[in-house]
Amino acid sequence: MKRALSLIGAAVAAFLGSSAQAETLSIATVNNGDMIRMQKLSEHFNKAHPDITLNWVTLEENVLRQRVTTDIAAKGGQYDILTIGTYEVPIWTKQKWLMPLTKLGANYDVEDLLPSIRSGLTTDGTLYAAPFYGESSMVMYRKDLFEKAGLTMPEAPTWAFVSDAARKLTDKKAEVYGICLRGKAGWGENMAFLSAMANSFGASWFDMTWKPQFNTDPWKQTLTTYLGLMKDAGPPGASSNGFNENLALFQSGKCAMWIDATVAASFVSNPAQSKVADKVGYALAPDTGLGKRSNWLWAWNLAIPASSKKGDAAQAFISWATSKEYLDLVAKEEGWANVPPGTRTSLYTNPEYRKAAPFADLTLKSIQAADPQHPTVQPVPYTGVQFVAIPEFQGIGTAVGQAFSAALAGQTTADQALQTAQTLATREMTKAGYIK
Amino acid sequence: MATAHSRAAARLTMSPAVILLLGWMLIPLVMTLYFSFLRYNLLMPGTEEFIGTLNYQYFLTDPAFFSALFNTLALVGGVLVLTIAGGIGLALLLDQPFWGRGIVRLLVIAPFFVMPTVSALVWKNMLMNPVNGLFAAIAKGLGLQPFDFLAEAPLSSIILIVTWQWLPFATLILLTALQSLDRERLEAAEMDGAGALDRFLHIILPHLARAMTVVTLIQTIFLLSVFAEILVTTNGGPGTATTNITYLVYAQSLLQFDVGGGSAGGIVAVVLANIVAVFLMRMIGRNLDI
Amino acid sequence: MARAATNRRMLVVTLIAWAVGIVIFFPILWTVLTSFKTESEAVATPPTFLAFHWTLENYSEVQQRSDYFLHFWNSVVISVGSTLLGLLVAVPAAWSMAFVPGKRTRDVLMWMLSTKMLPPVGVLIPIYLLFRDFGLLDSRIGLVIVLTLINLPIIVWMLFTYFREIPGEILEASRMDGAGLKEEILFVLLPMAVPGIASTLLLNIILAWNEAFWTLNLSASQSAPLTAFIASYSSPEGLFYAKLSAASTMAVAPILVLGWFSQKQLVRGLTFGAVK
Repeated sequence: MKRALSLIGAAVAAFLGSSAQAETLSIATVNNGDMIRMQKLSEHFNKAHPDITLNWVTLEENVLRQRVTTDIAAKGGQYDILTIGTYEVPIWTKQKWLMPLTKLGANYDVEDLLPSIRSGLTTDGTLYAAPFYGESSMVMYRKDLFEKAGLTMPEAPTWAFVSDAARKLTDKKAEVYGICLRGKAGWGENMAFLSAMANSFGASWFDMTWKPQFNTDPWKQTLTTYLGLMKDAGPPGASSNGFNENLALFQSGKCAMWIDATVAASFVSNPAQSKVADKVGYALAPDTGLGKRSNWLWAWNLAIPASSKKGDAAQAFISWATSKEYLDLVAKEEGWANVPPGTRTSLYTNPEYRKAAPFADLTLKSIQAADPQHPTVQPVPYTGVQFVAIPEFQGIGTAVGQAFSAALAGQTTADQALQTAQTLATREMTKAGYIK
Repeated sequence: MATAHSRAAARLTMSPAVILLLGWMLIPLVMTLYFSFLRYNLLMPGTEEFIGTLNYQYFLTDPAFFSALFNTLALVGGVLVLTIAGGIGLALLLDQPFWGRGIVRLLVIAPFFVMPTVSALVWKNMLMNPVNGLFAAIAKGLGLQPFDFLAEAPLSSIILIVTWQWLPFATLILLTALQSLDRERLEAAEMDGAGALDRFLHIILPHLARAMTVVTLIQTIFLLSVFAEILVTTNGGPGTATTNITYLVYAQSLLQFDVGGGSAGGIVAVVLANIVAVFLMRMIGRNLDI
Repeated sequence: MARAATNRRMLVVTLIAWAVGIVIFFPILWTVLTSFKTESEAVATPPTFLAFHWTLENYSEVQQRSDYFLHFWNSVVISVGSTLLGLLVAVPAAWSMAFVPGKRTRDVLMWMLSTKMLPPVGVLIPIYLLFRDFGLLDSRIGLVIVLTLINLPIIVWMLFTYFREIPGEILEASRMDGAGLKEEILFVLLPMAVPGIASTLLLNIILAWNEAFWTLNLSASQSAPLTAFIASYSSPEGLFYAKLSAASTMAVAPILVLGWFSQKQLVRGLTFGAVK
């Protein structure tokens, strides 16, 4: 009965919709697996909304970011729906570039969105972007290798344990590397990892007067730990490895541990893609006992430019793509393990999902453990765990990332890299007027 | 021959091209020049203000600036030397009669048709990747440690990729020039007892001088703004090891969205390009009677 | 005796030349082969050369994700359109430079070439703003205009060097016979310059096809050519070598085939005045 009603509802909606003008939505999105799946499944949306045609622009992350930022800042109006990160949302909302999402429909259930994700997308009680998937970071490790080496991974490991285990598990002859970490320069690549790692060592990007902190001891500990670990137990070519490269390495069985985005869990445990699917265990990102773990918080979100004239159609699409029904649809078509994670509380209480996704619990715990409002041990003037939510951060973050990546490639020492980072960051912050 | 009438016609026929290029050059240049004196961040609209030469000060004192300058020159110079030397070698080889010449020629020119993005992606992932790449597989097969090209020798690796792309072009130009060489002169020299090296140094090389100049000029134009290859493979790193001026300006204006700083960088790049241009034109003047 | 020596020499040259040719071509060959492998075979150690399970699944997956033919057609329109438009503007200019040279002809030509040295990134934002105001963002017309402008100097130069080889007396004779400027260029000059024009046309189609900065930055969905198509395959999640190879093959194959088939025409005029 209920089903029949909803069918009629859909038919009525379709009829009403088709009487309105046919609309074309341009959707800019990132070429991640979950988005590509959304594109594939969007025919279901088309069935319910035959009057809306979807044009997809799928780009690699950096290209996407550059294209959509240029477009929205210059008011180019080329896209109706943008895929943007947690970093952009508060900055763009402040500029009044985004349309408030007030027409997501009665069934949307905003309250169901995970609080830590939702709070970053909300300004004055209004949602400006809807999360498509959310992630924190955690340790993924090879249970078989740990067992063979007689090691047991605790649920909440320390950096001391992880470093020690990584060195013991490395067998370069057999091409097994103890730990794979990001090394490719970029604020969303190696700096996402290193900023979060630094938080757990008690470091921070800036102090309360916006002075860069790379000349402090916690940063030095962070970087020397990271460099030493990668030198002894990391894969070759680590300085050009980002998320995707490490994923490929882990999937082909070449990493014993990998600390990265929680969404990776569904890829490494998928037998169709991964040679080690049945051997993966999960643990929280490591800490040093100072009260902060080294996990980040990120979500890819869908938003609409404030200037868009197709707001209603765009909201209809966003509502579909980020709804509970979409999760059910993915589950039906591709299985529960492939559902975009990290956005809705109801997903984590769904027994079917928990059964299909052994990483569900740790993903949720990791997301809940991240606190973008208070990311560091010491108080800081900014928000954001693995980024600093100011417009200048992308540039500074990437430049600092280059310096650290050079140190990883062996071109400079840790001290030189930190010195470079400090100089760079100070220069840019002075130029931007934060440091008087 | 050049009557007043044809002079007028010449001016008329030339004007569309000149006006278009002038517009294409001047309008963005003037806008860029104007932006370069502003504090103008795309992400912070409404805060634009005149700040004098501050953007230039920051760009020119950027620690990455001098390495970018060096990298630009090293990239252009390295690729030029390699493509010209390799091009001469290939031209001499393809000029010989041998079986399947037509097919080998097709194989040799093929890289020229590959888009830079694709060739960078292919080299980075499928050949140079130290774990899954083909070179690593070969090294492992020989019992060697795989070499991590883009981390250990980033600039050389990029020079290699770009050389691969431009080698066919140099080869084609040099081969065409070589084929126009008077065979009788060569044979006469051989009769006189000149060795192969002598003939190469004293007849072939001078004959190819103009072609080499042309290759230099055209390739320099394209090599000064090599970008896709760097963006795809190394993102300018590690550190600033592969940042050239074009990439540095890109980082300023499109990674930081600092239009003011990026514009200042753009103007600096224009000035540098013009210095190179003047230098090149001098050289062309000597070798190419246009 | 002498014949045997020539044959031996030819054998050696053949071997060397084929080895060099195959080495140079290898990256392309490897990409094409990989595009027919499964993802896990694409990263297998040791790599398989021909003895793998051939599959077309990468191609169908790529096609499913992005409308190849739309991008292909955009590439065709943009590269051919910009080249034709460029020729239209460049032929008269090259005519005047070649046949009515003035004191400053050389300077004008060199200046034109120097405009190509300006780094495009430096002027992206101004051009972007202009395109927005003229409604040219994500339009094929806009891309045709930009590519015409950036390749115009090369077109002018190539035509100029080719025209210069044509004896001016023939044109003069036609003028004596009462041909106007239009007739002179259209019916006398162009037929004689067909090889040079063909070569210019081909080279510029290739350059425009492969131009990746402006085409990527000024297009979104409607006008995006193959350069934008390939941008969605640079490092997606997980194993992607086979899909990347398929997409690369699809992006490169049309222009490679064109280049191979028209190789003779391309080379004939490709001298830039380097051959006397």
